[in-house]
Amino acid sequence: MDVLDLSRWQFGITTVYHFLFVPLTIGLSVLVAGFQTAWHRTGDAAYLRMTKFWGRLFLINFAMGVVTGIVQEFQFGMNWSAYSRFVGDVFGAPLAMEGLMAFFLESTFLGLWIFGWDKLPKRVHLATIWLAAIGTNISAYFILAANSWMQHPVGYRLNPATGRAELTDIWAVLTNVTTLATFPHVIFGAFVTAGAFVIGVSAWQLARRREVDLFRASARAALVVTLAASAGVMLSGHWQAQIMTRQQPMKMAAAEALWEDEASAGFSIFAVGDVENGRNHINVQIPYGLSLLSTNTLDGRVEGINDIQARYEKTYGPGDYRPVVGLAYWSFRLMIGFGALAGLLALAGLWFTRRRRLPGTPWFYRIGVLGIGLPFLANTLGWIFTEMGRQPWTVFGVMRTAAAVSPGSDVGEVATTLIGFTLVYAVLAVIEVRLLLKFIRKGPEPEDAVHRDEPALPALSY
Amino acid sequence: MELTTVWFLLIAVLWTGYFVLEGFDFGVGVLLPFLGRDEAERGTLTRAIGPVWDGNEVWLLVAGGATFAAFPEWYATLFSGFYLPLFLILLALIVRGVALEYRSKSDSTRGWDHAFFWGSLGPAFLWGVAFANIVRGVPLDARHEYTGGLLDLLTPYALLGGAATLALFTLHGAVFTALKTTGELRERARTAARWTGLAALVLGGAFLLVTQLMTGAAGTWASVAVAAAGIAGALVATLRGRDGWAFLANAAAIVAVTVTLFGGLWPDVMPALDPANSLTVHNAASTPYTLGVMTWVAAIFTPVVLAYQAWTYWVFRRRLTVTR
Repeated sequence: MDVLDLSRWQFGITTVYHFLFVPLTIGLSVLVAGFQTAWHRTGDAAYLRMTKFWGRLFLINFAMGVVTGIVQEFQFGMNWSAYSRFVGDVFGAPLAMEGLMAFFLESTFLGLWIFGWDKLPKRVHLATIWLAAIGTNISAYFILAANSWMQHPVGYRLNPATGRAELTDIWAVLTNVTTLATFPHVIFGAFVTAGAFVIGVSAWQLARRREVDLFRASARAALVVTLAASAGVMLSGHWQAQIMTRQQPMKMAAAEALWEDEASAGFSIFAVGDVENGRNHINVQIPYGLSLLSTNTLDGRVEGINDIQARYEKTYGPGDYRPVVGLAYWSFRLMIGFGALAGLLALAGLWFTRRRRLPGTPWFYRIGVLGIGLPFLANTLGWIFTEMGRQPWTVFGVMRTAAAVSPGSDVGEVATTLIGFTLVYAVLAVIEVRLLLKFIRKGPEPEDAVHRDEPALPALSY
Repeated sequence: MELTTVWFLLIAVLWTGYFVLEGFDFGVGVLLPFLGRDEAERGTLTRAIGPVWDGNEVWLLVAGGATFAAFPEWYATLFSGFYLPLFLILLALIVRGVALEYRSKSDSTRGWDHAFFWGSLGPAFLWGVAFANIVRGVPLDARHEYTGGLLDLLTPYALLGGAATLALFTLHGAVFTALKTTGELRERARTAARWTGLAALVLGGAFLLVTQLMTGAAGTWASVAVAAAGIAGALVATLRGRDGWAFLANAAAIVAVTVTLFGGLWPDVMPALDPANSLTVHNAASTPYTLGVMTWVAAIFTPVVLAYQAWTYWVFRRRLTVTR
């Protein structure tokens, strides 16, 4: 492996890992704020106990998102210095805005929320969790604006003298149509993730008939959120697919293993392809499906890999402009599959728990627990698809990944950091999951305890 | 004022904020095994920074983001060049952050306390090494890529810089602990402040003196004097039991140290050993349009951030008492 491969693996591993925690943080922050709001409105202690129970799990997860996020801020400079020099004028702005507008907000107000239970008026304390939740959502917008610029660069010009991309219109970058479609997709995905988490944990407790009222209420709220958010994921995903067909036809073609331009293209369910010769051996399709998905018409024309390759060679010069087709194809398919499954589980869960019912069969709860994994798989596969599907570009049509890597770094150094981050991340993952399990097993605090201060912070602590 | 000057100053302000605020977080971590004799005391020490450490660390992230936006060449050269030291800092900040959040939730705190200690000591030392190298200059080629190795960064001057920031931040943690605790813990923190204060005065003084003689910027003699006076002031105030003044005096010293470093740097942002390859505020900067946009963003949001962070310190202004 050379420096480029190692740097790509490092970016992939650290980013996928970071994004295991981020969606749960985004979704759970709002759910916890919602529970606390319900307590504030009704005065019902059950909601306070829910706030504290889910809030603790949220904090365990949040810490991991924060510390792995530090690496994200610096690794562009570390491993991708050529990229940083080239795009910094454009790409740095949303990153700096994210720090100034979002990171300060979430970290400061979360500190106030954790330690402020007995120091702030109730209403102000409620506001702190909402501000932290808003901060996490704003953060997502800016980083997605930065990523969307890599998918579909807008609002810039290439300066021939310096050979760098230069920002010409910040509004164009912040209102990039790619951002506008990606943001809801990611946020709805985050709500599905948090919803499935709350459903799964509640299912585990309900299977043991522990705190039935509390976890039934949690599960019902999460089921509704998950179902609604799944619908949002599908709608925004559909919009994204249409944008992708226009902006990055190669990615769409690879996602569908569509080799030649085709009108009335079918949506592939299962294909075995021959990348070498640019064709499929087997391809099971839903007729007209792809044309409908990408153009909203049955006979819309969708471009195929071989034809796009020929066109790109004319535009960009000789080279291989195809991503790894098998990876794009399966990550796209499995993302949709796992995501849809999460939505269906939520629908089924709502049905089986209607009118205060609680099924007696253990498998019902077991499926609920297993369902936690579905959105995590879908999120991960979605990012692998969208990033790997853009290859060989790092900025689509403008800069190739091979040209983006730090020219000065050597294999030994990058291998050291790759191994170092991976090992530390692996150990932390084990610790984090064990801590989550510990507090899930422990269950909510008894009713008389929640009115006191956080147990970690004894009353009269000053 | 040129926008490149504005952004040089803003980035200096962000690093100053980071060192003043996370400086005492680091110091508390370094002093944890010495001041906290039992679990209750160590718990009190971590709670003293619990509500604010994460917000303090964001100053670093924003300094990084602002450098990326305003001086992309600086960002690219610095973080690709100082690759392994930065990697160590990142690892330290990761385990330290997790330690701070997980220690109170875990059955055993021993491992977390080790992580907190080393995760504080490492960056407190390495930031000094990094800044000493930035100010002294490093080998860069015509494309501004760093051409040296790890050992080129570990010169005696750079190690002195590391020792200086370590002593200064440890002193900062000691005066902060004296300000935020009561009883025995406070007494031990004040004793620690006396010793680390002397170390900071000697090491910090030597480092700034060498820096000053090397860069030769006339204006920064004033900030060197302020830094020395600040540390001395922190010592005197500690001896007189004026914890608040001691903290403010040392905060002023840290501000003065950062001013000296950035003052010695100007108008370079990353001097090269061959001056023809140096990165300056001009050749490292983004376009005037980008700097203009970012100036508006900073002008609107920096005061807001300062206001709510200041309010946080007000909310958690009281001293903590060890409860067993």
